[in-house]
Amino acid sequence: MSTLTWEWPGVHAAPGETSGEVSIEYSQPSESLKIFGFWLFLATDMLLFACLFATYVLLHTHTAGGPTARTLFDVPGFVAETFILLTSSFTSGIATYEMRRQRAGSVALWLVITMLLGMAFVGLEAKEFVDYVQMGATMSRSAFLSAFFTLVGTHGSHVSLGICWMAAVLIQVLRQGIHPQTARKVFNVSIYWHFLDVVWVFIFTVVYLTGVVM
Amino acid sequence: MWEAIRQFGDTYLMWKEGPLIWASDVLILLTIAGIVAVLTYFKKWKWLWDEWLTTVDHKKIGIMYLICALLMFFRGGVDALLMRTQLALPNNHFLDAEHYDQIFTTHGTIMILFMAMPFIFALFNIAVPLQIGARDVAFPYLNAISFWLFFFGALLFNISFVFGGSPDAGWTSYPPLTELGFDKGPGENYYLVSLLISGIGTIGTGINFIATILKMRAPGMTMMKMPLFSWAVLASSIVILTVFPALNVALALLLIDRLFGAHFFTIQAGGNPMMFINLFWVWGHPEVYIVVLVAFGVYSEVVATFSRKEIFGYKSMVASLMAITIVGDLTWVHHFFTMGAGPDVNSFFAVSTMAVGIPTGVKMFNWLFTMYRGRIRLTLPMLWTLAFIVCFAFAGATGVMLAAAPADYQYHNSYFLVAHFHQALIGGVVFGMLAGMYYWWPKMFGFKLDERLGRWAFWLFNLGFYVCFVPQYALGFMGMQRRMYTYPAVFGWGPLNFISTVGAYIMGLGFLFIVAQVLYSIKYGERDVTGDIWDGRTLEWSLPSPVPHYNFAVIPYVTHRDMWWELKEQGRTQELRPRPEDIRPIHMPNNSGRPFLLGVCFFVAGLGFVFAWWLLAVLGLLGVGACLLARSFETHDEHDVPAEEIRRYEAQLGRL
Amino acid sequence: MQAHNVRTLAGRDKHRHALRQYVIGFLASIVLTLAALWVGFAHGLPAGPLLLVLLLLAVLQIGVQLFLFMHITEGDGPPVHSLAIALAFLFTFVFVAGSLWAMSFHYMVA
Repeated sequence: MSTLTWEWPGVHAAPGETSGEVSIEYSQPSESLKIFGFWLFLATDMLLFACLFATYVLLHTHTAGGPTARTLFDVPGFVAETFILLTSSFTSGIATYEMRRQRAGSVALWLVITMLLGMAFVGLEAKEFVDYVQMGATMSRSAFLSAFFTLVGTHGSHVSLGICWMAAVLIQVLRQGIHPQTARKVFNVSIYWHFLDVVWVFIFTVVYLTGVVM
Repeated sequence: MWEAIRQFGDTYLMWKEGPLIWASDVLILLTIAGIVAVLTYFKKWKWLWDEWLTTVDHKKIGIMYLICALLMFFRGGVDALLMRTQLALPNNHFLDAEHYDQIFTTHGTIMILFMAMPFIFALFNIAVPLQIGARDVAFPYLNAISFWLFFFGALLFNISFVFGGSPDAGWTSYPPLTELGFDKGPGENYYLVSLLISGIGTIGTGINFIATILKMRAPGMTMMKMPLFSWAVLASSIVILTVFPALNVALALLLIDRLFGAHFFTIQAGGNPMMFINLFWVWGHPEVYIVVLVAFGVYSEVVATFSRKEIFGYKSMVASLMAITIVGDLTWVHHFFTMGAGPDVNSFFAVSTMAVGIPTGVKMFNWLFTMYRGRIRLTLPMLWTLAFIVCFAFAGATGVMLAAAPADYQYHNSYFLVAHFHQALIGGVVFGMLAGMYYWWPKMFGFKLDERLGRWAFWLFNLGFYVCFVPQYALGFMGMQRRMYTYPAVFGWGPLNFISTVGAYIMGLGFLFIVAQVLYSIKYGERDVTGDIWDGRTLEWSLPSPVPHYNFAVIPYVTHRDMWWELKEQGRTQELRPRPEDIRPIHMPNNSGRPFLLGVCFFVAGLGFVFAWWLLAVLGLLGVGACLLARSFETHDEHDVPAEEIRRYEAQLGRL
Repeated sequence: MQAHNVRTLAGRDKHRHALRQYVIGFLASIVLTLAALWVGFAHGLPAGPLLLVLLLLAVLQIGVQLFLFMHITEGDGPPVHSLAIALAFLFTFVFVAGSLWAMSFHYMVA
């Protein structure tokens, strides 16, 4: 293994020097750099959601005589979605944990479980949307519904993309095992997944729960 | 069949619209035919693909950004001259109202997003890795993607003129005017989709340069030893990451309104048009800092180099950059004081706006103090910097006038505002970009741009600038509103408008001199044989011009802020020459055609969204997905450059 | 690749600690969600304090995800990525609160 990739590790210690401290996904400067880049992406993605939340909060009372949050939201549905997503965040965390122990088999297993939970979440959300639309609560019914479908739908499409990405990582882990590059990919897809959980916690709180109880 | 073609021609190619469209069609076809013919005749297709379209080299990407920026500067400039021609006389009908609307819209959008942005990215790419002692940016592949997303976004925006119709609701694109009910045409969709596509690319660039600057500096280069231009790029990139999502959200929501019948910004069903305006300016004001901070970085380099002095107050320069980065994000409401948000909101944003003037003032004085008792050389970069200081001081002063919320009710959307922001964006940004272009041109191409023609361009552009925009301040006070298509003679606005138009043409003449200067210098420009043609201070001047593709044969160890200058002073420049035994094989990123393909797919999808041709949109997006997946499964994207080859190349350059 | 294996074997204790963190995090996230539901449904708090409590619980949830799951404090250099996330939270707050504040005129005129 070459010690220097073409990226000169500026503030990094040279590989090997701090080997006792860093875990495998950080063990090569080029991979560690990609993790940093991904954190930056998450930061900017968070601001994307910030703008959607601001729009939702501003418009959530603008129901134009149509269904309101209180009359529309299905409590068992969103509670189930919440617990499924929280559990999937935990299982993807276990995948990271197993990745650090370099157990490719268990990483694959926990990734599959995470993906299944993710699919269940997306399925429930799709069903929820279809139900609303059948009740006449479509995106063009009111500003509140436009904002609701866009905010929650953006999160849902993030989760769907995450599932596809996780599938790609899964195949690579199965084929190549765990080495610094695949480890970095498992780590990144996993923090992406946790990040989506962070966003969901706010959707749960700001959109659903306060929508129903206030 | 014939009928179908005619229908297509009328609807999409707008053949009924008259000579402006026909002339553009002919020009575009001739240009394409010319490019194809030249490439075929000189057998350059493979060269184009191998060396440019698939490149991930930051220097080449920088050059491509620069070429695009200059082309867009030309297009935006032509738009400006058309507008000024229309406004030169009262009751003029050189353009009809519809075309006038389209032209001020494309002028604004192109100048900000497709001229200023690629211009700053050109300088990011050309200078930053060389200044910090890196071999490329952090993510070269992503860098290429960013460029091609910008390129195809710009292409999509520009073809609207001859394919379906340009947007016509102003570069700010305020709803409800831009909602489907009032603006049916595809023009508005073009605006939204092309800005979204290039906006994604911009976020990629922001991520890339933060990672590059924070993680890839040469050993020994602590943050406080970093050149100020790189600091400015860091600041600008931070602003990009914080505010570009807001633009993308605003555009996407408006697009959802238009395509899927939602009610975010309509005036029915509870929509709130002001929320678009709010989100737009959450991005829009900091956007000014995104571009001007980079220009500030250029001025810092230029002033120090051409005064032969260390920059005055380096730490306060860094502190003010960071202060502007944060405070600049807190001022956006001053663009819509007249919304009537109430005294508390307006006061807060008035004060925060004025507060940005403080760190900017610190920077101004630092540049002046750097020049004080310096041995100043009036080269082209320095001339543009001096012109900036005068121009931007006025822009700042009129900016503070506009920031006073009660007074703003008087100035709002008048020609006073138009004059102010042109003074900030031309005097601040364009001058800075030109200074940067002249400064780093020898580094990019190995020759200097001709001084004499450059001085003609400089004086014409500057003179033209004041002749054009000073009358507009007065016109604003006389009640002339922006975006007016024509005006009656009784208002007495005629003479000042005429003077302003003359000024615009003088600026256009100045631009032609820049074009002449580039063409002349390609053949006769002074060749840069030392790599240090300006007697520079930072690491990029220690390299030969043009720089070898791997940048540094051996990564330097940095001990001083103005490393190269310090070594020259101490007669130790030999230390930055590579020693044969230190040269090791270098890992370099592979070229890839995928970023280009990804751009094509986004373009296809974009066209699908513009015309609601869903099949095309889905096909394009599938292509995007396929490109992303293919990248995910790519394992070897680097190659070794053998040490022997580097030794040979360095010896050829006379550096061994 | 050898080097990593050696390292991981040496760090068995660290791994056990890590696993405990995940389990604690998971339990905490479940408990916090149940608490939010209980506060929301079973308790008659007035609107203002209720919103405050719910937002506080959400912030705690985020802490769980960031620190116990996302390893935000880990890394191999100065923690600049934590700084980036902190800035993102700051501007999330600024843009949401600022936009709502600026747009609150709407309720005055409606």
